[in-house]
Amino acid sequence: MQEIPLTQILFVSTALFFIGMYGLFTRRNLITMLMSIELMLNSVNINFIAFNKYLFPDKLDGLFFTLFIITIAAAEAAVAIAIIINLYRSHNSIDVEDATEMKY
Amino acid sequence: MNISSILFYAISALILGAGILAVTSVKIFRAAIWLLFSLVGIAALYFWMQVEFIAAIQIVVYVGGIVVLIIFSIFLTQNSGKEMVKPAIGKVIFSALAALLGTAFVYNLIVHYEGFKYISAKPFNSNVEVIGTQMLSTTSYGFILPFEAVSMLLLAAMVGCIVIAMRPNNEVETNTINKTENN
Repeated sequence: MQEIPLTQILFVSTALFFIGMYGLFTRRNLITMLMSIELMLNSVNINFIAFNKYLFPDKLDGLFFTLFIITIAAAEAAVAIAIIINLYRSHNSIDVEDATEMKY
Repeated sequence: MNISSILFYAISALILGAGILAVTSVKIFRAAIWLLFSLVGIAALYFWMQVEFIAAIQIVVYVGGIVVLIIFSIFLTQNSGKEMVKPAIGKVIFSALAALLGTAFVYNLIVHYEGFKYISAKPFNSNVEVIGTQMLSTTSYGFILPFEAVSMLLLAAMVGCIVIAMRPNNEVETNTINKTENN
């Protein structure tokens, strides 16, 4: 436990964040974009827990931030999927390049 | 190099490898399964860091809730066996370059930061009793207000999702009901 310094856990969370960012830039399907956003949110959770454990072990603030981020991510994923289902009904496709009604 | 370090490297390899496969896979169902593996790997990392409550919440909410929801929506909206459109090669190169440069930049900042003061003398007490007492306390570092606000948010999200994804009422349905009432 004490052999792994904090910076190595931070490397894992940084790499996961930028993997999610690559997925968000590259994907055209709305559901896979949502999956990339979930990866980014999880990387932030790892960051909070690691900082709380290594730097402030007498307080629990990072843990509570993580709990609330998990809760809010669940609510956000549910609303996003409801919107995707509604978009599929009108467009019959969930490609993000096909939703162009509000484009100038 | 004790077994704890080896476990950490194995868990990190699972997380990052499954994450890369989730964002580059051309079949959408396989991408969802790789995301599931990555989230289970993150729960394993929480178990390794000895925050068992957060690991259990991660498995229940993320793996058992959000990934199942994503798989449902894949089945509801398209053929899951068909391959997805591959992105243009220019977009792939620029995004990969941006991701690699971003990781290098941020990791460089982290490695050269001198301000991390480790307090490894105190143990990290994160059992459920302490979490529960602090979450519902109104006085010392209590989190009762965000707890109530998140409850309202979940209620609003639930009602909103049902309203958005509800199938609209058709005209045919009300006509048949009127016919059966007249008979």
